[in-house]
Amino acid sequence: MAFRIPPLSAFRGLALGFCLAALGSAAVAQDEGASGPIEGDVVGGISNPTSIAVPDMPTPRSVGTPAGGTEDLGRQVARVIEEDLRNSGFFNPVARQFLRDVDMPQVTAPEYPAWNQVGAQNLVQGYVQAGSNGRLTVGCYLYDVFSQAPLERAGYEVDYADWRRAAHRCADMVYARLTGEGAYFDSRIVYVAESGPKDNRVRRIAVMDTDGANHRFLTNGQSIVLTPRYAPDGRTIVYMSYLNDEPRVYIYDVNSGRQRLLVDAPYMTFAPRYSPDSRYVVFSMAVNGNSDIYRVSVSGGRPERLTNTPGIDTSGSYSPDGRRIVFESDRSGGQQLYVMNADGSNQRRISFGGGRYATPEWSPRGNLVAFTRLGGGFRIGVMRPDGSGERILTNSWQDEGPSWAPNGRVIHFFRTPRGNSLPSLWSVDVTGRMVRRLPTPVGASDPSWSPLLE
Amino acid sequence: MSQFSRTAIFLTAGSALALGACSRSAPDDLPPPPIGSTMPDTTPTGSTGPLPGSRADFLAQAASDTIFFETDSYDIDPEDRAILDTQAAWLVANPGVRVTIEGHCDERGTREYNLALGERRANAASNYLAARGVSASRMTVISYGKERPIALGSDASSWAQNRRAVTVVPM
Repeated sequence: MAFRIPPLSAFRGLALGFCLAALGSAAVAQDEGASGPIEGDVVGGISNPTSIAVPDMPTPRSVGTPAGGTEDLGRQVARVIEEDLRNSGFFNPVARQFLRDVDMPQVTAPEYPAWNQVGAQNLVQGYVQAGSNGRLTVGCYLYDVFSQAPLERAGYEVDYADWRRAAHRCADMVYARLTGEGAYFDSRIVYVAESGPKDNRVRRIAVMDTDGANHRFLTNGQSIVLTPRYAPDGRTIVYMSYLNDEPRVYIYDVNSGRQRLLVDAPYMTFAPRYSPDSRYVVFSMAVNGNSDIYRVSVSGGRPERLTNTPGIDTSGSYSPDGRRIVFESDRSGGQQLYVMNADGSNQRRISFGGGRYATPEWSPRGNLVAFTRLGGGFRIGVMRPDGSGERILTNSWQDEGPSWAPNGRVIHFFRTPRGNSLPSLWSVDVTGRMVRRLPTPVGASDPSWSPLLE
Repeated sequence: MSQFSRTAIFLTAGSALALGACSRSAPDDLPPPPIGSTMPDTTPTGSTGPLPGSRADFLAQAASDTIFFETDSYDIDPEDRAILDTQAAWLVANPGVRVTIEGHCDERGTREYNLALGERRANAASNYLAARGVSASRMTVISYGKERPIALGSDASSWAQNRRAVTVVPM
């Protein structure tokens, strides 16, 4: 897929008199960093969401495409962008009834006073165009309404089937430019789809876009499947399966749809995670009742043992520089978090908060570790890798299994209600705000993000 | 379109479940039962008890196929020992039978830790049986963590029922 600014020829006769603007917009959303205070209401949104208008995108020529007519695509692209921005919690999209029709000349010469009148602080305009090469071009332009200035523009050329990705990329551009945070909309989520009663649960590996679109089941539910993880290069998914009544870690190739056993040993292997360079998988293996952490090359071969204690050691997760691993161990009597070097040396405990701690996941930014805290229910929290700065982000009966978005800001987890109920996927911002449920076709658990897509 | 895809997924899922539960209706004229057979019944009666070495035989003779554990524990307590002793007696008397010992947890632990704890429980039961004369090569240990509960509630009674190790004899 090529990403480039749309050529001048696309706007023959139109004024293209703006250039990429410098910083200085007065409309940047309030953003408290990861060390900011938690507000009392963990379900609440950000205090000052930016009002943003995302009108339907016009098309220079209305034609049919395999993905629908370009006029219809222009509407759908705008809706996907609007939904992404709304779900981030930082933006308050202007209501549909106040969105004006935009024609092609206005795309690059916005009617600022009109947008100002409906209270928009920022404006996202663009266009969709069917190319002569059988691909779709989407132009994406971000404006500061108050200062009447363009802020940024980008263009995306995609296969028609990938039109949603162009919309997510545009939303990522807007989000990153206005919040200063990294992008995360243009990625995929792998998770465990769950259906049926608690004592006869069907579990399948499933993948979907961050907004729930393009959903697909990867396994057929005949074997229990758990804890999938995307490789950082996005090409494979590692997970645990009870195929043939033997609980083992498998690597699934996303392109070919084939899977292979990661470690050929007569013991349960579980809790797999990739190294940041996608070359290794750290996992746990239970031998004679004792679970320790091992590392193995993705091409298979002899695993290298990293921990060797009588306690249960599991849930290893690499730091983004690949040099350290955070994991949980009950060697001190209850589950706590530990950090060690990637070769297993220098194992030291980092959690001392008085609770029990599990399922650690190192943020892709390296600055935080997310975890499940146990004790009177399960809650999602974060702490710094040295164990300081612990903050609890959620408050429910069973919130478990955090995983990070590529931008190190948004966390997904699964929430299970009491009784005979299905779990579901939820999202929370690293400050504890913007708790929201993610749509899935059936119940869901164990979410994990892919990297930003190529 | 997403609407269509969602419907298709539900149809597929429904079909899969329907296939798993399909049954044929009985013919109008049943053939006469074989001479000397008993009606299908879980409890053995009179002259024809369960087949020796079968699961039904095990369940009839051993005190139970299940032992239970305290929270976060994999200790075999005296009550467990009494049950396992009867299992061991049967297994020693039926040396050709291979068993699977399942370890399970209640829902109040995280998923991966519970896989490991279930393994501890199954392994503890297996070790005890081995010490009572059951050859280790006959026993396979498997953990299901908290993924296969038998009690569905979120209360102390359900949790207690789910913290278990089950000795499974093939049918």
